[in-house]
Amino acid sequence: MIHLIDRRLNPRDKSLGNRQRFLKRARRQIKEAVDKAISERDVADAGQGGKISIPSKGITEPRFRHSSTGGNHERVFPGNEEYVPGDKIQKPPKGGAGSGGKEASEGGEGADEFVFSLSRAEFLDILFEDLELPDMIKATLKETHAVKPHRAGYSNYGTTPNLNVLRTMRNSMGRRVVLNRPKAGAILELQSELDELQAQDDLDAAQRLRAAELVNEIADLKRRQRAIPYIDPVDIRYNRFDPKPEPKSKAVMFCLMDVSGSMGQHEKDLAKRFFILLHLFLQRKYERVELVFIRHTHVAQEVDEETFFYSQESGGTKVSTALVEMQEIIRDRFPVSDWNIYAAQASDGDNIANDTGTCVDLLENELLPLCQYYAYVEILTEQEVARYAGTSNGKELWRGYQAVDDQWGKFSMKHIAKRSDIYPVFRELFAKNDKRDRVA
Amino acid sequence: MLDAYCSVGMPLMYEHWSFGKRFIHDEERYRKGYQGLAYEIVINSSPCISYCMEENTMAIQALVMAHAAFGHNHFFKNNYLFQQWTDAEAILDYLDFAKRYVTECEERHGVAAVEEILDAAHALMDQSVFRYRRPSKLKAGEAEERERDLREHDAQDFRELWSTLPPVDEAELPDQAECDLNARKARLNLPEENILYFLQKNSPVLEDWQRELLRIVRNTAQYFYPQKQTKMMNEGCATFVHYHIVNELYDRGQITEGTLLEILHSHSNVVFQPGFDDPRFSGLNPYALGFAMMQDIRRICTEPTDEDREWFPDIAGNDDWRGILKDIWANYRDESFILQYLSPKLIRDFKLFLLSDRAAQPHISVDAIHNAQGYEEVRKALAASYDVSAMEPDIQIVDVDLKGDRELVVRHAVQDGIVLDEKTRVDVLDYIGRLWGYAVRLEGIDLATGRNPYTERVAAPDEKDAA
Repeated sequence: MIHLIDRRLNPRDKSLGNRQRFLKRARRQIKEAVDKAISERDVADAGQGGKISIPSKGITEPRFRHSSTGGNHERVFPGNEEYVPGDKIQKPPKGGAGSGGKEASEGGEGADEFVFSLSRAEFLDILFEDLELPDMIKATLKETHAVKPHRAGYSNYGTTPNLNVLRTMRNSMGRRVVLNRPKAGAILELQSELDELQAQDDLDAAQRLRAAELVNEIADLKRRQRAIPYIDPVDIRYNRFDPKPEPKSKAVMFCLMDVSGSMGQHEKDLAKRFFILLHLFLQRKYERVELVFIRHTHVAQEVDEETFFYSQESGGTKVSTALVEMQEIIRDRFPVSDWNIYAAQASDGDNIANDTGTCVDLLENELLPLCQYYAYVEILTEQEVARYAGTSNGKELWRGYQAVDDQWGKFSMKHIAKRSDIYPVFRELFAKNDKRDRVA
Repeated sequence: MLDAYCSVGMPLMYEHWSFGKRFIHDEERYRKGYQGLAYEIVINSSPCISYCMEENTMAIQALVMAHAAFGHNHFFKNNYLFQQWTDAEAILDYLDFAKRYVTECEERHGVAAVEEILDAAHALMDQSVFRYRRPSKLKAGEAEERERDLREHDAQDFRELWSTLPPVDEAELPDQAECDLNARKARLNLPEENILYFLQKNSPVLEDWQRELLRIVRNTAQYFYPQKQTKMMNEGCATFVHYHIVNELYDRGQITEGTLLEILHSHSNVVFQPGFDDPRFSGLNPYALGFAMMQDIRRICTEPTDEDREWFPDIAGNDDWRGILKDIWANYRDESFILQYLSPKLIRDFKLFLLSDRAAQPHISVDAIHNAQGYEEVRKALAASYDVSAMEPDIQIVDVDLKGDRELVVRHAVQDGIVLDEKTRVDVLDYIGRLWGYAVRLEGIDLATGRNPYTERVAAPDEKDAA
């Protein structure tokens, strides 16, 4: 006997829990692999998920098993073409690949590596773990208009769509049991007995008595059934929903990038990578963070995302123009009372003569009082790194900003010289708590 | 489909990261096309459940049903190993219980604590089946009842008569140390082959829920033990059955030629056996060998040659292939089946030959091939290679002094000089140490020579902290 049951509608992803357990267990190794991957990826797919490989140490499942070397082994193989009994075959050299070696590496699980794919969400989660925007204080709770209904138990009043059938029926059943409401089946039984008696022609006295009894009994049961309703208004329960304000903090991130001629392809690439990482981070972690992209040469302009990341531009360098632009945008669109304001600036550190002083002045007197946090990333070539190595010295803009850094807790600056620097620097800039302690 | 067969092929299984690892691994292989999905999963429950994959074509679906729902099902229901050692009625309920229990433990004691126990238990799974005595029926958590029964039995079994025996002369007794050893071995039922069972009953450090987890893992291992011993026969039986059924359907005109061809295409992929020097070779294909042997038995029954009459006088030419095969499916396992029924013709067809690799010799030598002198030897060696008790290391718990330092002594009976893999044996021993709570010593003892090729010891957890 075969029963066919269509179980296709069963929830998918039964293994999701197991998968998450695995990811959690191998967290440390995966994190390392992800960190490594991000510095090796191209700009365009920096934020994609994808294949990573982690060392299989720590996720092995050891079992007692026989050693493959030493001792006496006998094994039967198929497909003999040429051997006759007594043939001798040279033993393969110790440690050489046996027949199992090739198969294993093909399968993605070599002796030491376990290769698998992460989804984009998993990848980003791991990438941005423990990072946050510092000092998100202006959480303007009272000004939020968004409310969201939340389940809040049950209620006696409500609208029909919110009827909770389970609760209602439970109450109804409890009441019916307690009040001993006659069941439909019981009445039917008596009725059929009565019908049977009435069908007979000659009834003796006892039977007639019984028939009369039955008529009374049925009438009584029916009366009680009417008196005790199946579902009474007191049984009815509704799901209750309370509106709750959704806390939403408003934040804006200003991305300031130098795209002047002095920024070579290498520097631009690094700067863009930094901002892409920042962009991904904000998108992933903060639902509502506004982004403002400002790029500057000797003039500054606000541009859209696409232009910011992908278009070419060339010209002189006047950093203060970008700061002025930012100041204007804040004044026009982001009232300081409502917005948490962040800024990240990337530059190669070149600036025209006399402008750095203006920049420092602007920062100290105008912008920093408005901002929660300001990060400056100076992009250097390898030679420059060697020159500044071990000192806290940098180029034109760096030297100017040094004074600001000393004075303001919410300002920080870092050097980046190669791809692999970007992520560590990014982590330092946005590590949880670290910065806050300095402010306090 | 992937979901199910990554948790050891069960639709219902507790959660553990290792299943996730297998899932991720298989998913990766599947996506890359290295590995097709199994067409079906079949579960030895009552009634037998067989999952067919949605993507299968109708022809394959028919093949799968013939294969799993009839073939495997027949084997599960009739083979003595499954009948005696597994409880098909109770398995789904038990797994449901296991899943709930593990989830509850995770809620109460934390995922990490449960994982620690399960990791250790999984490492010992292979050594945690009863091979020689039959396990009790699966029941969901009735430790107390069992204990009470035991106490009652002890009470009823009290014999006044024993106390009237005359005192024994002291000198005749074996010396005190040996006496103690024997006494405590008897008390703990040592030696014990089922490591998790021993730990579950006797570990001084485990809490009740941890013991119950060990029991769950051990019962799961026990449930799969017959499958290990009959892999080749089970697949052979299912393949033989589907082959027979689809041909019968075709003969009766119930499926078309095209369908038959599609089925045969798939069938011949399944029973393909590459030679040892073929890059695709990965051991003897259980489907190929099982199917060939059963087809061969049918041939011996219906069209025997003189050779068959000499080798299989009982069945050659008796025409009742159906009865013979049913009897075989019911009463054999891989090892005994090969030992009894691998015919010279099949050895020739597969061109089987026997290689032996002896540590003392510089060469691997060809001991036997498919000729008259070699048949017996090849058959014996092949059968031995399907013997689970020889495939898996023989490891038993032999001694522990519960009143002394509580060091647990585990003995590996070394056969043919084959020791345990060095890398994993320390890791697994470490797991035993975690469950036992005190030091554990593993001795490899060669039973034939009495030599002791290796000894490993892991210190007790608190000793390690001190170090």
